[in-house]
Amino acid sequence: MYRELSVQQKMWLTFRRNRPALIGAVVTILIMLIAIFAPWIAPHDPLVQDPAIRLEGMTSDHMLGTDDFGRDVLSRIIHGSRVSLVIGLASVLLGMVAGTMLGMIAGYYRGKVETLIMRGVDVMMCFPDLILAIVITAVLGANLVNLVLTLGLVMMPRFARLAHGQLLSLTESEYVLAARSIGFHVPRILGRHIFPNIFGELFVAATLWVGVAIRLEANLAFVGLGISPPTPTWGNMIREGVDVMINAPWISIYSGLAILITILAFNMLGDGLRDIADPKLRGI
Amino acid sequence: MFNYIIRRILQSIPILFIVLTLVFVFVRVLPGDPAVAALGDYASKEAVQALRVKFGLDAPLWVQYFRFLGDLFKGDLGASLITGYPVASQVIRVLPYTLELTVCAILFGYVFGIPLGISAAVKRNSFIDYFNRVFSLLGLSVPAFYLGILLMYLFSIKLMWFPVVGGGDLSDPLDNLRHLFLPGLTLGLIMTAYITRMTRSSLLEILQDDYVRTARSKGITDRRVLYKHALRNALIPIVALGGLYAVVLIGSSVMVEIVFSRPGLGSLMVGAIKQRDYNTLQSVMVIYAGMVVIINLMTDLVYGLVDPRITYK
Repeated sequence: MYRELSVQQKMWLTFRRNRPALIGAVVTILIMLIAIFAPWIAPHDPLVQDPAIRLEGMTSDHMLGTDDFGRDVLSRIIHGSRVSLVIGLASVLLGMVAGTMLGMIAGYYRGKVETLIMRGVDVMMCFPDLILAIVITAVLGANLVNLVLTLGLVMMPRFARLAHGQLLSLTESEYVLAARSIGFHVPRILGRHIFPNIFGELFVAATLWVGVAIRLEANLAFVGLGISPPTPTWGNMIREGVDVMINAPWISIYSGLAILITILAFNMLGDGLRDIADPKLRGI
Repeated sequence: MFNYIIRRILQSIPILFIVLTLVFVFVRVLPGDPAVAALGDYASKEAVQALRVKFGLDAPLWVQYFRFLGDLFKGDLGASLITGYPVASQVIRVLPYTLELTVCAILFGYVFGIPLGISAAVKRNSFIDYFNRVFSLLGLSVPAFYLGILLMYLFSIKLMWFPVVGGGDLSDPLDNLRHLFLPGLTLGLIMTAYITRMTRSSLLEILQDDYVRTARSKGITDRRVLYKHALRNALIPIVALGGLYAVVLIGSSVMVEIVFSRPGLGSLMVGAIKQRDYNTLQSVMVIYAGMVVIINLMTDLVYGLVDPRITYK
């Protein structure tokens, strides 16, 4: 018997057929689970030092070897996922909320408000995002909350531009005019009528930009502006590994691999979601 | 065209002005006293005060602000709070290193990325397309400093083909090139990934268009359709996004300079932050912002060159 598929079912079918997207989704979920259950999964305490086994290669007890202080590299990588994911997800969420609000307000009201907000966005975008991140972190100081704030601030103008661009075409559409003519208040029009229509686009971008945020965090940690040691983050593990690169290259290589796989997963997932959101771009 | 350039430059003046203000504010709100940072924790109060007076840090903020703008307008970047040497000479010393690195990487990206992207789009779903997609996804995801470390490990430590650190001697082209190779390759590969992906997707989109089908049905050869009809139009987004990626690349160059201990603006900036060297930091930030503004301007100009529908009035 023929049955009409619902929109959601069609989306799911498209997504399932997209193998890279599916892999991306599975890996993303896996990494999140690893981050949540890190203390139970990690074979060793990531902070316990043992000078007797400094810079040991792979052994059955330490599957990815040990670092300069004799700490288990695998356990440190597992724990390091927490910092990367928390900062990546929280900063993008913050940037999305703040940036979308600014962009929507600018696109809805136009005129002076728009000029003010969008020129501000232009100014922030005059700095490459890494340079902005480095300087803001230097000002605020590096701890978990400040890093989320910093990277959220860096992500904000991107979302503002995206939302603003969407609003320009939507504010003139008939359903918005209808909502306005009934006399709905602006927050209601923006939140209930316009936002659902631009959410797809924003969500796809957010997925891709989580990868960007994670990469920025790793960059900051590598420069020495990240969460301070001994807390393991992938960035500061690479940094510590570089000093012993000749004797123990695995520390940097494996920690970096963790970053690469995570960002790769978010990018694959984001690409897949974009294909669903815009069938015209499928496979492109 | 000339008028357009002038007008564009005039238009970016207010933005540049706000950028300068922002830089000034950023630098002043950095925690820590620069005079104490320069002299060390055990410096006497008199010495610290003397240094403040010497660099005008004792003046009210608004005076410092107008001095900063005025000096900048005259081309004077001030003196480093740490070394006492003029910042301008320091910047001029390291700027060529950053420029050669970023320009080489951008050229590398276009030279390899466009042919790769075209070959992937033309032979869609073939092996070369598959290879390209994997390559560009990897390039899009890998942090520049990690790729740099991997290349350094392979080529400098294992194979010992290239020097590990430094920027080489600018007056000795061969030595300079040997030092440039790995950092340039790092950024170049990443840029290639961006350009490949962008070329592929914009070309694929255009190959589905009606006018391409029309051209084909007229019996024009595939080659001609590709180069004369499709590619011409695909260039437009390539130019537009290429500018954006060049900006991202400048950001990544900071990391690559640090990984390879190359002299450059990035190393200068990170050093200045650690030492609270106000004058150096604000100068470097202004130069970075200036580079972005110039790239954006050039993107706009090339845009018009590629797309005849855009006219400059």
